[in-house]
Amino acid sequence: MNRRALLGTAAAAGFSGAMPSLVRAQAPGIKVGFLATLSGPAATLGNQLRDGWLLSVKHLDGKLGGVPVETLVIDDELKPDVALTKVRAALERDKVDAVVGVVFSNILQAVFRPVTESQTFLITANAGPSTYAGRGCNPYFFTTAYQNDQPHATMGQVAQDEGYKRIFILVPNYQAGKDAVAGFKSRFKGEVVDEIYVPLNQLDFSTEVAKIAAAKPDAIFTFMPGGLGVNLVRAYRQAGLASIPFLSTFTVDEATLPAQQDAALGFYTAATWAPDFANDQSKRFVKDFEAAYGYVPGNYAAQAYDAALLVDSAVKKTGGRMSDKAAVRAALEKADFTSLRGNFRLGVNHYPVQDFYLCKVVKRPDGKYATETVRKVLTNDTDPHAAECRMR
Amino acid sequence: MSVNLLLVQLLNGAQLGILLFLVAAGLTLVFGVMDFINLAHGVQYMLGAYVAASLGVWANSFWLGLLLALPVSLLIGLVLEWLVFRHLYGRDHLSQVLATFGVILTVDDAVRAIWGSAPLPVPQPEGFTGGVEIMPGLTYPTFRLAIIVVGLLVALLLWLLVDRTKAGMLVRAGASNAPMVSALGVDIGKLFTLVFGFGAMLAGFAGALAGPVFAVTPGMGDAVLILAFVVIVIGGIGSIRGAFIAAVLVGLIDTLGRAMLPDLLRLVMDASSARQTGAALASMLVYIVMAAILFFSPAGLFPVRRG
Repeated sequence: MNRRALLGTAAAAGFSGAMPSLVRAQAPGIKVGFLATLSGPAATLGNQLRDGWLLSVKHLDGKLGGVPVETLVIDDELKPDVALTKVRAALERDKVDAVVGVVFSNILQAVFRPVTESQTFLITANAGPSTYAGRGCNPYFFTTAYQNDQPHATMGQVAQDEGYKRIFILVPNYQAGKDAVAGFKSRFKGEVVDEIYVPLNQLDFSTEVAKIAAAKPDAIFTFMPGGLGVNLVRAYRQAGLASIPFLSTFTVDEATLPAQQDAALGFYTAATWAPDFANDQSKRFVKDFEAAYGYVPGNYAAQAYDAALLVDSAVKKTGGRMSDKAAVRAALEKADFTSLRGNFRLGVNHYPVQDFYLCKVVKRPDGKYATETVRKVLTNDTDPHAAECRMR
Repeated sequence: MSVNLLLVQLLNGAQLGILLFLVAAGLTLVFGVMDFINLAHGVQYMLGAYVAASLGVWANSFWLGLLLALPVSLLIGLVLEWLVFRHLYGRDHLSQVLATFGVILTVDDAVRAIWGSAPLPVPQPEGFTGGVEIMPGLTYPTFRLAIIVVGLLVALLLWLLVDRTKAGMLVRAGASNAPMVSALGVDIGKLFTLVFGFGAMLAGFAGALAGPVFAVTPGMGDAVLILAFVVIVIGGIGSIRGAFIAAVLVGLIDTLGRAMLPDLLRLVMDASSARQTGAALASMLVYIVMAAILFFSPAGLFPVRRG
């Protein structure tokens, strides 16, 4: 059914006395489509994202900028075609005012055009590919996360700061793995003794661990998301290599620590936020999150929490007139809210300009595992693609 | 590459091979004796890991969890056989593939619903948490050595069972000519159920052993299942001896390929393309070897004679 036919049907329905659609169009509330991966092996990340958003809305008494908000939770199943179908329905049938969430870059790529072309705001709380940070930047696209290169570059800076001369790199053999290596190398100037690319369905890391032991590097850098990270961390610890610093991104975090436990203690990761942040707002967030959902919030949840605060600030500024796109956009760009991360603003490409931290895995007194900030590595860091963005 | 490192990699290969053997043994029996393609065999491996991990946490002992996982795996295998597989023996292979694939999807989602999609914490095996320093700076976990020893024992036990007992004789006879065994008055249905339950238990055992080493996640059986099929095709369908030799072969080829190919290729091309090509080639290596073996010996290395 094409758009004209759809409009025709809607008009006919209106004349025949089907009032609900009309009533709904006039309802003053805000409707948000929250898109996240909630099934499959990566669902842990989607759950973090969704729970962070829902807690934020709860803290705001179910309102954004004083206007009641309705969240439609959409599961993309980590399938771009499924995401596209469901998001189209949210745009055309439910008439959402914004699409928020998005764990993975490939899902974002699938829904990006339909959402932005319908002049609906698209705010990601995790995915931040380079595609939309430079030339592809878009007035309707915002992110409260980071550009994907930045955490890897942060680790490169850490290796540089620590004076490591010889680094061993281990990543999965796909695009994100190669991006991780490029990001790391953008700030690390020492020698890379070896780079190993493993298949995404790698079973066992004992072979690679033996090679690391033989190469005797000053530290290793790795990016092994999900189950891969659990395998690697166990094999690394069991082989007695823990004395070689384990620098990683998205390998040891609140999503995988429940399975890694003691094996990950003392391992490093790069992040924009950690549950031990000292500001009162962050403390309240962590306390309420754990009480409500029973697990430790990670980066993902904090970024989604901030996404709700961002929308809240924009609605407040525009007095609830979501239809005035230019005003909403200007208000979003101001990002006039207090982030859980403290220092936070949006750059020209609508990607955050923020600080990046080195974090370490610890066991808290209550027996749960979490990351803890060691030190700030990058201050007011703008992603490397922002300069290419000519925002219309 | 030093001699020490080579030794470590050989051990790694052997250990992967042994684990594959435990999965492949049940698969090859079911395929060989019953002429039944069971894609859901990897599911048994996954369930074994989940059951052992949960019971291990509950009993606060890995070994108790492992022990309890055996009867539970057997039970799950028998229930699945009774519910689904029994009705498929007479059908063609395509129906079997479709139905057992459906079982994979159903059980994977059931596991997600029960245990969640995050990797499961697994208790570390008491008494085997240490390691032996084989190479300077590298400890080889004693638990991995234990897997090799246990796997070899199971292989020996299986050989005795299949080669030296009456039940084993019937299984071998069933693999050669099932209708003839049936005609001689043996309850072939009962034999099938027995073989199936036993195969499921072996896969569950492998999963339980893999728990502390690998990540226990939904769908963890899929990667293992594909390799297990490679193993039984190389070894000859229905042959335990073939499965053992092929499993160790596949384990060694996979491990040594990953360990050495990128370095070998560096002799003929520049470093970065050697890494990429090496990684790609290493992950294809077992399939290339399988194709080569099938070219020269289409029924595998140790084909079972069919009457």
